[in-house]
Amino acid sequence: MKRFLLIGLAAALLSLPAQAALKVFATVPEWAALAQEIGGGRVTVYAATHGLQDPHRIEAKPSLIARARSAQLVVATGAELEVGWLPVVLRESGNRDIQPGRPGYFEAASAVRLLDVPAVLDRAHGDVHAAGNPHIQTDPRNILKVAEALAARMAELDPAEAAAYRSGFAAFAEKWRAALVRWEKIAAPLKGVPVLVQHNAFPYLNAWLGLREVGTLEPRPGVEPSGGHLADVLAKLTAQPARMVLRPAYQHDAPSRWIAERAKIPAVIVPFTVGGTPEAGDLVALFDDTLRRLLAALAAR
Amino acid sequence: MKKFSPTALAVALSFALPALPAAAANEADLAEIRAQLQQMKSAYEQRIAALEQKLAQAEGAASRAGAAAAQAESVAREAESAARQASLRPPASHPATGFNPDISLILQGQYRDMKKVAERRIGGFWNPAAHDDGDGHGAGERGFSVDHTELVFAANVDPYWRGQAILALQDGEVEVEEAWFQSLGLGHGFGLKGGRLRSGIGYLNEQHAHAWDFADAPLMYQALFGEHASYAQDGVQLKWLAPTPFFLEFGAELGRGQNFPGTDRDKNGAGAGALFAHVGDDLGDSHSWRAGLSYLQTKAKERETHFADAGGLDEAAAFFDGRSKTWVADFVWKWAPAGDAKQRSFKLQGEYFQRRETGTLTCSSEDGGINNCAPTGTESVVSDYRTRQSGWYLQGVYQFSPRWRAGLRYDRLDSGRRDFGINAANVVVEDYQPKRVTLMADYSWSEFARMRLQFAQDKSMPGVTDNQVWLQYIMSLGAHGAHKF
Repeated sequence: MKRFLLIGLAAALLSLPAQAALKVFATVPEWAALAQEIGGGRVTVYAATHGLQDPHRIEAKPSLIARARSAQLVVATGAELEVGWLPVVLRESGNRDIQPGRPGYFEAASAVRLLDVPAVLDRAHGDVHAAGNPHIQTDPRNILKVAEALAARMAELDPAEAAAYRSGFAAFAEKWRAALVRWEKIAAPLKGVPVLVQHNAFPYLNAWLGLREVGTLEPRPGVEPSGGHLADVLAKLTAQPARMVLRPAYQHDAPSRWIAERAKIPAVIVPFTVGGTPEAGDLVALFDDTLRRLLAALAAR
Repeated sequence: MKKFSPTALAVALSFALPALPAAAANEADLAEIRAQLQQMKSAYEQRIAALEQKLAQAEGAASRAGAAAAQAESVAREAESAARQASLRPPASHPATGFNPDISLILQGQYRDMKKVAERRIGGFWNPAAHDDGDGHGAGERGFSVDHTELVFAANVDPYWRGQAILALQDGEVEVEEAWFQSLGLGHGFGLKGGRLRSGIGYLNEQHAHAWDFADAPLMYQALFGEHASYAQDGVQLKWLAPTPFFLEFGAELGRGQNFPGTDRDKNGAGAGALFAHVGDDLGDSHSWRAGLSYLQTKAKERETHFADAGGLDEAAAFFDGRSKTWVADFVWKWAPAGDAKQRSFKLQGEYFQRRETGTLTCSSEDGGINNCAPTGTESVVSDYRTRQSGWYLQGVYQFSPRWRAGLRYDRLDSGRRDFGINAANVVVEDYQPKRVTLMADYSWSEFARMRLQFAQDKSMPGVTDNQVWLQYIMSLGAHGAHKF
C-alpha cells in the first residue's frame, strides 16, 4: 500500500507542471476530437471510450474516475446517453468543478435540436431516452453548433486563452462549412433512398442526407432482434424495399448481415464516431468515410 | 408524336372520302360536296388546332403541377421533421413532479428448494442471530417467497449535496437500509457521506442484493456481518481520491457501530471505525481491475448468542464484551473484448478476510435453564475470549451472449483459533471449515429484468450437506441509477 502511495505522490508532483493546458474529459471520441480541433495545443484531451464501444454500455471503471478527478471540463453528449456510468464517475471523482450545473460540465445535446423526443415514457418501448435521440453527431451541421457552444465554454473556463479558442473555432468552422458544401454536393444521390437501420441511431443522418428510413432491425431501442422479428422485417421489405441496411460500427454485425444476405442489399457499416472505422481518423474523415460507404452501397446495385 | 396524329387522320379522311361519292354524282352535287368537305376540313383543322393548344396548355400545367408536387413533398418532409421535433416536445409547463427524486422499486423473489434445518448457522463461527428467525439473505424461506422489496429515492438536494434513501419493505415493517447525504462540492478529491450507509470496506459490501451475481451472498459476508450480509452503520464517511493517473482512493468511517460484529452500547463517541484503500486501473482496452484493503474495528457489549452445552444440558446463553477487528482484502477483474461488454464479458472477483476478537465471554443460562455454566440456573461464568478466524470466496461470471451469463463460486471459511479460556470446558467449541460450491445461470431480458437459476452444495453446517436449488427473479422499475464498478 505504501508503495502505491509513494507512486501516487510522485505522479501527482510530476503532473503539476502540466497544469497549464485545459484538461478535457470527453465521454465519446467525437467530442474529444472536437475539443482538440478547437483547443489545439492549449488542451489535453482524454476520451473515455473508443469508437468500437457501445456508448450505452460503459461501466464506471476506476480508470475513468481517476481521469475525471483531474479534469477541468467534461464534455458529454447528454440526453441520457451516458446515464449508465457518467453520474457515478462524476460523483466518485471528488471533483467539484465538473459536476452538472457547473461550467466544467458541458452537454453537446444542449446545443442542438433533438429528434425523436418520445411522447410516452414507458420501458415497454425499450431503452428510450426521455430527452430525445442522443446520437446527434451523425449530422455534421450539429457538430458545428456544438463546436460553437464548446468553444464558448472553453473560453469561459480558460479566459487567458479565450481569443485562441475563438480563433480555433473560426478556423474549424471555415474548414467545416467548406466540407459541408462538398459533402452535400456528393451526397445528392442519397436523397430519398430507402434504408433499413439496425439500431435507431440515425435520425440525424437521415435528416441531413434525406435518407428515408423504412425499418429498424431492433424491435425496440437497445433490444437485440430475435430471428422472428428479423423475418418480419424481411417480409415487409417486399412491399417497401430498402436499398441498404445501416449499422453503427460498434454494433454486432449478425442482424444486419442476416437481412442483407436475404434481401440482397448491401450492409453498410457507418463509422458513427471518430475511430469507428480505420478510415475515420478525424472529424472530417468521419463524414468522408460515412458518405463514401453510403455512396458505394448505392452504386453496388 | 401523339399531337400530330389527329391532323394526319383528318388529312387522310379529306382525300379518301371524296373518292366514294364522286362516281355517281353530278357536277352541282360534286361542288356542294366539295364545299361541305371544305367546311368539314376547316372545322376539323380548327378543332385540331384547339385541341393542340389545349394539349400544350395541359402539358405546361402538368409540369407546373409536378414542380408544385415536388415542392409540396419537400414542404411535407420539412413539416414532418418539424412535427417530429416540435409536437413531441415535452409540454411547456413543467408539472410539480419535475423536481421529484428519482424513484426506483426493486422486485425480488424466488423459489427455494433446500433441506429442512431447524436453526441454520455457519459451523465454527459466532451465530449473529441470537434467535434465528430464518429470514436473512443467507438462508430464507423454503418454497416460494418474496424477499424484501427495495424502494430507492435519490436526488440532488442542492448544488452542494445529494441524498439517497433505500427502504426495504417487508411484511409489517419498513427498514431503512441506507439513508445518507453525499457532498458534491468539496472538491480536491474529497467526498463526504453522512447518515446510515453501507461501509466502503471490501468489494461486495456496498452492493445491494439486486446487484449480486448470485442469489445469495458469499458465506464470508454472512459470517462477517450476519443476516444482511453487509456492514452498515449510522455515521460518516470521508473519502479522498488521489490525483494520480490511475485510481487510488482512501476512505475512513466513524459511526455508531450498532450492527454485528459490534452492538449498540448506549455511549457517546464512536462504536466503530473503518479504513480502506482502493487501487485500480485498466490494462489495455479489454481489462479493468480494482483491488482493495480494508480494516474494520467495532466494539461489542453483551453481544448475545447460544452455544451447545458441553454437558449436553440446556443450551448456554453467551455474551461477548470486547473488540472485533476485521481485515478484508478484495479484488475484481473484468474483461470485455475491446472494452465492449455487449456480446461477451468475464468478471472474476475474490475476497479474503481475517477477524480477531478479544474480550470476555460470559456464559449463563436463559430463562433459568440448567447447564454447565449455571448449575442452578442463575450463575454465570466469565472467561477470556480470543478468536482469530478467516475465510474467502472466489467467483467468476461469464457472459457468453448478450442476455445469458453463467457463474461459478467457491466459498471456504476456517473457524481458526478459538480460545474461550475456562468457558472452553462449559460450551461446545467446534472446529470446522465450512465450504460451498455454487453454480448459476441467468437470463436478462433487459438491464431491468433478470431471471436466475442457481444450484449450490452447501456444507456450511457441520454434518449437513444441503443441496439447494434457487429460481430467482429481479425486476427494477423506474429510474434505476448507474451501478458502481
